[in-house]
Parts: sequence; C-alpha cells; structure tokens
Amino acid sequence: MANLNELSIKEIALGLRAHDFTSREVTEACLGRVGERNKDLNAFVTVCEDESLVAADKADKALAEGKDDGVLMGVPCGVKDIINTNGVRTTCCSPGLKEFVPPYDATVIERLKACGMVMVGKTNCDEFACGGSTEYSVFGATKNPYDLTKVSGGSSGGSAAAVADNMCPYALGTDTGGSIRQPASFCGVYGMKVTYGRVSRSGVTAFASSWDTVGSFARNVEDLSYVLQGIAGRDRRDMTTPDIEVPDYTEFLGKGVKGVKIGLPKEYFGEGVEKETVDVVMEAVGRLEKAGAQIVKVSLPMTKYAVAAYYVCAPAELSANMERYDGVRFGSVPSEKSADLVDSYFKQRGEGFGEEVKRRIMIGTYVLSAGYMDAYYKHAMKVRTRIIEDFNKAFEKVDVLIAPVSPFPAFGIGEKCDDPLAMYTADSLTIPVNCAGVPSLACPAGVSAGGLPVGLQVIAPQFSEGLCLQVGEMV
Amino acid sequence: MVKISKDEVKHVAKLARLGLTDEEVGRFSTQLSSVFEYIEVLQEVDTEGVKETSQVTGLENVKEKDEVLPFKVDGEELTGEKLLESSGLPVESRQILVKAAIKKS
Repeated sequence: MANLNELSIKEIALGLRAHDFTSREVTEACLGRVGERNKDLNAFVTVCEDESLVAADKADKALAEGKDDGVLMGVPCGVKDIINTNGVRTTCCSPGLKEFVPPYDATVIERLKACGMVMVGKTNCDEFACGGSTEYSVFGATKNPYDLTKVSGGSSGGSAAAVADNMCPYALGTDTGGSIRQPASFCGVYGMKVTYGRVSRSGVTAFASSWDTVGSFARNVEDLSYVLQGIAGRDRRDMTTPDIEVPDYTEFLGKGVKGVKIGLPKEYFGEGVEKETVDVVMEAVGRLEKAGAQIVKVSLPMTKYAVAAYYVCAPAELSANMERYDGVRFGSVPSEKSADLVDSYFKQRGEGFGEEVKRRIMIGTYVLSAGYMDAYYKHAMKVRTRIIEDFNKAFEKVDVLIAPVSPFPAFGIGEKCDDPLAMYTADSLTIPVNCAGVPSLACPAGVSAGGLPVGLQVIAPQFSEGLCLQVGEMV
Repeated sequence: MVKISKDEVKHVAKLARLGLTDEEVGRFSTQLSSVFEYIEVLQEVDTEGVKETSQVTGLENVKEKDEVLPFKVDGEELTGEKLLESSGLPVESRQILVKAAIKKS
C-alpha cells in the first residue's frame, strides 16, 4: 500500500471504516510529510500539529462508536490562509495581519467541521489573494514541487503545492481571477473554481466581491466532488448564495463524454499561448474525442479585453474592501506614534499592506475617483457584460468549453515580480471565466518537455459543476 | 499615452489613506502608467446601450426575516467582548480607544 499521506479521500474513508489504519495515523503521515518538505516548498504558513491530532482522535473515537459524518470524516486537509479559522492564526499573508487570530470560522470551515475535517494547517498565498505566483506573501514564495526554482502559481499556491506534494489529499482555495486554476495547472493537480455564489464566502477575506469564489484542490476528480458536496449551498451569512439545489456530485462520475459537445474557443489557443501548451491540451482533447465527445470550434471574440476589464473592476472592489484595515478593530497598530486618527490610518496602511496590494488599492482608488469613474469603472462593467454575452452565445452551441489554463507552464521565481503588467496578463485565459461567473475545473493534461505540468480547464454554464466533473474525469 | 504623475500618485494615495515612501511614489508612477496604458484597450469596445454588470447570477434584493440569531462558534456563543479582543488598541467600557479624530480648537 502507498504511504498514508499519498492516499486519496476515498481510500482514506474506506481504510478508516475497514480498520486498516486510524485518522491519527493518516494525520501523522501528512504532518510528517509537511515536516520533511515544508522548509523547501513553503506551502504551509501555520502547521496545526496539536489541533489536527485532537480532531483526528475525535474522528477515530466517533467512528469506533458508530457515529459516521461521511466521507470527509478524519481526512486531513489544508486551508488557504485567507479563510477564517476559529482560534487559528489567519494572516492573509499580510504584514498587517501576521498575528490575527479570528474569533469565528468561515462558513466553509463550519461545514467541513460538521463533516469531521482534520485541518493540518493554513497554506501560503499572495497577500489578500492578490497575485498570480504566491510571491507576494509576507512569508515568502511557495516553490513548485516539480521544480524548486519555479513558482507554484497563485494566489492559492500553497494549497496547490501541498496537495501536489502529498502533504494532504485536499485543500481549500479561492479563485477571483484564476487563483485556484492557475496554481492547480502549475502544480499538476485538479482545482475547482465554482459558479459565483455556489459556495459561501462568509468568513473568507474579501478581495473583489463580485468575483470571489471559494473552491478546492485534490489529486483526482472524485475527491473534488466530495469536497464540493461538503461546502456548496445556500448560506444566510452570504446573500450571494442562491437557493439553487445542490446535486449529488458523485452522480456525474463514471458517465463518460459520449455525445458531449465540447467547444474549443479559438482565442484561447492563439497569440501569446505557447505552442507546447496548445499541443498538450489538444492531445487531451483528442483523447476525449476518441471517448465519444463531439469537438466544435467556437469563438469568444471579447476574450482579449477581459484582463483590462478585470484590472479596473477588481482593484476598484479591492480598494473599497481594504478600507476596513485601519488598525482599529483588528490587525497590527502603527509602529510609530501617530499625531491623530487620520495619521494613524496612513501609517498603519503604509506598513500593513505589501507592495502588490498597495498597487491595486492605488489602481482601484484612481478608477473610482471623481472624474474617472464613468470612463474607467462603469465602462469596464459594460465590457464585462459583453464578455458574458460571448459565453452565453457559446453555451447555446456547446455543453462545455475546453481551453488551456495558462498560456505557459510555471515561470521562474522572481521572473515577473517587478513587472506587474506581465504578471497580470499571465492570467489572460482564466480571468474571462470569472467575468462570467461560470464554473471551471482545472485538470492536469500532460507535461512540458521541461517536465512541468500543463493544465486544461473545463468551463461549463453557471451551476453546472457536475458537468465539469463529468468531463474532467475523462481528461 | 497615459501618464500617471507623481503628484497624481500622491493625490490618490491620500484618498486611499495610504502612507507611501518617496521611492514607492516614483515606482507606482511608472508602473501605474503602464497599467493604465494597457487598460486603454477597453476604449475599442462599443458599449452603446450595454448594461453594466455588477452581479452575475441575477439575484436581486435578497431578503431575510429580520430576527436576531445566535452566532455559535464551536458550540459557544460569539460575544462582543470576544470580538473586541481582536483589536490591538486599548479597550475601555466595551469601546476601543483611538487617537483623537477632531482637533481641539
């Protein structure tokens, strides 16, 4: 049998019930892997050794007494450090929140706790989820498990690297402009970006409120379906979660792709996308065609405007959301004495935010300032509408879309840090999906000649996560 | 060609209550200029008669019953006192003590 830390959620669930091993043993194996590898990868920023073993023992005891909370019970996981965890430091990887311990759980944590979760720790990310490489973290970059000189992707890079490196079978992340799919693609794991509103964001630190989604990483599609089942659905504490029934996601598995119409949007295979990436994705598409899928060429002509529209709207929303970090109710206080309250705001925010967050607050404040709001912000919101119309039209013709996740595999650490625009445009194939709020599943498609993972994404209409899983399973 | 001057950077930083060093002001002036030059591409898009998108799933005026519900965390009720512990500033009579907001005349 494989090492316990390498098992899938399902294998752990079966093993626990067959008394092959205990949750404590699985958790110790995961903690052992973290202890061995985290100094190289920097995937976890907080390791919950004691708390996770307490949770594991609790799951073992309950199972022994015949109390079963389902497949996630006693299964270790990682949680992106912008998701609030009661009593466990939640830093957003920001200098200003390094010591912040939330007094409550995000809804997703509350739900997973009810499923018997065992959290081994909090994972690294770009500060407040702003970035595409996990280099903009106060704790330093997360390295790619396939090549330590490359980035893990971002912003949920720690979660992707932790799952890829067998530190835990699943991890939670967030995706606002590609922050689950791109790191999943760079680290060779599966990553589910859900429909906007499918999963509650209560207790998850807000970045851009009309874009933010919470999802997860795993090493196979079936495991992702279990996690999604545990976290999806209406929540009174997040008014953007509609009262739409959550289906049994496992019912979509094993159905195959016979007769499924797959659209290939030509803009995602064109200029700026490396040929090798296109080749790897097309090979996977060929496999799906052999399995009975029908391949159709489509066009999403507004694709090239998505990054620009995003970098107006998302920073605007960020700048408004960041107003709450004034050093009064939570977070650090200024290191120097302040003259008055306003002066303390300037000092706190100058020290408490890292470079990329400051840059985006500046962009957002600029586009919302007097005289610029209509030209930038309102116009970008209209462009977003046109991008959505592209997707609506495409989904009249096809069931799902398949495209590369990123124009290239993982890039070098430090390569794009000093060139914000290069970092922004690297997300050109993930951002349009967030414009439309539709679900998209990143799946490993193959590897580059340099041995780096290449991922593709299965994009489906809103609230069709099941269809993403059904097609993704066959990739 | 869009140019964000250092003075504009300082003005926007003031609006955002963001303390920037001189070095940051210079860097942001260059970097924001290139970002806004890129954003100009949006001017190509015809948005005549197009509605703005601020919500993508079509929800409107979501309502809930107006009632106080207990907020339990790991089985215990979350109290105001507990929330106040998150502040790095002194707390007196359930209030956070901040610097003077209004200057004495």
